[in-house]
Amino acid sequence: MNSKDISFPNFSADPCSSFFQYLTSQRPELLPMARWETSLPQQGQTDASLMSPNHFPWPHGTTVLAFTYDNGVLIAGDRRATEGFQIAANRMEKVFQTDGYSAMAIAGAAGPCVEMAKLFRIELEHYEKLDGQPLTCEGKANRLGHMVKANFPMVLHGLVVIPLFVGYDHKREIGRLFKYDITGGRYEDTDFHAVGSGGKDARSTLKEYFRKNLPEDAAVKVALRALLNAADEDVGTGGPDLVRRIFPTVKLVDSRGVRDVDDTQLATVCEALVNEKQET
Amino acid sequence: MPLPYYVSPEQMMQDRAEYAKKGIAKGRSIIAMEYSDGVLFVADNPSASLFKISEIYDSIAFSGAGRYSEFENLRKAGIQHADVKGMMYSREDVTARSLANGYSQILGTLFSQEMKPYEVELLLAQVGETPERNELYRISFDGSIVDERRFTAIGGRSETILTLLRKETPETCPPLKEALTLCQHAFEQGADPRSNLEGLEVALLDRTRIGRRFRRVPILEATKILS
Repeated sequence: MNSKDISFPNFSADPCSSFFQYLTSQRPELLPMARWETSLPQQGQTDASLMSPNHFPWPHGTTVLAFTYDNGVLIAGDRRATEGFQIAANRMEKVFQTDGYSAMAIAGAAGPCVEMAKLFRIELEHYEKLDGQPLTCEGKANRLGHMVKANFPMVLHGLVVIPLFVGYDHKREIGRLFKYDITGGRYEDTDFHAVGSGGKDARSTLKEYFRKNLPEDAAVKVALRALLNAADEDVGTGGPDLVRRIFPTVKLVDSRGVRDVDDTQLATVCEALVNEKQET
Repeated sequence: MPLPYYVSPEQMMQDRAEYAKKGIAKGRSIIAMEYSDGVLFVADNPSASLFKISEIYDSIAFSGAGRYSEFENLRKAGIQHADVKGMMYSREDVTARSLANGYSQILGTLFSQEMKPYEVELLLAQVGETPERNELYRISFDGSIVDERRFTAIGGRSETILTLLRKETPETCPPLKEALTLCQHAFEQGADPRSNLEGLEVALLDRTRIGRRFRRVPILEATKILS
């Protein structure tokens, strides 16, 4: 008998532990991406002036950055969102804890960004509950890549979402950092990266000040310095607001989990950096 | 053409119920008990990797006795329902009550309309902000649903275990150590005299945790709690 004749029983039609996949097949109307395909002009008919942020402003940001330090990986972002030439929010959170050992930060159109972070958090939790164990760091990064890829139709309408993903890899015992492009491509080639409108400025600061295996305090200082420099150069990025006491978000991901750097520490470092600037 | 045999609806339901009960009687038991900081789950489960107790949502846990493939399907359906609901509305809108209703609907329909009923019994618990707001539900193979207080048990030896627990459990929520001791004794006397901690699966819905309240308790930790 030919081996082709033997038919194996298939696993059930829905073997996937992915919440995103479940929504795609069962409840597509709930996906953030889906509703734009019908409610906006189709590709090809896109009226560029209608889509431009000046005509129809969506809140945009941002500078978010991430780099590895001696215990794990740090991720940080500013707090400003802009609509055209106006400031839409000055306390926005762009860095999200996604599960016990990972976090993501996002740059792009605020609404879809927040929605993607929320969906990704559910995705990781859903997998963990169905499968009985969490995804590996690599698995999480790949899942996020799929979601960015699925967002591509929205990119054509100007609603770009670019995430940075960091996680602690228990097997290798290191913190890892992943960056993405708009098509969902996933890259893990550097130890530091920054994205958003002020990303370039933050990257140049990081290029100068980043060292491998920085201790925690020094890492926090480098992160804030990079955000401060980005805020100096870019209107879309908010600097630390010492009057209203609004500071950037900084999260540390290591073998103990994800934790926020508290405001008192951020205030001390920010004040020191601002004073440094006054002297020059 | 031969006429099909006539079977009265009463007879048919009785046969199905007997069949389902027989299946469940073979299943090992699970106890859920309220303790001072939440709800304690203890299952008679020799496997260290195939779990009987699992997390459904932030403050809701699920447990099933009977046929594994069947309660596993129901568990997955519950998680999908909870995650969709939590995303559509808010995380606080996912409740054990609505899940228990859903399970009751599914099991009731399967029992009356399918050739073979599900041979499962389910236990659903939600930890509340205060002990008074804890919820415990027991759902049977035919979709009947019982709202319990303080403790409940499912599985083959559940009646014996419940009788024992009724005698011994105090009126107020006991602390964790006492609750775990009670459950272990109930298994020892009611189910299997040889049962020791190694053969038990322990999990908590812990009110003091932030966000996801479900937590598995490894045997080592359970031993420490008891000592």
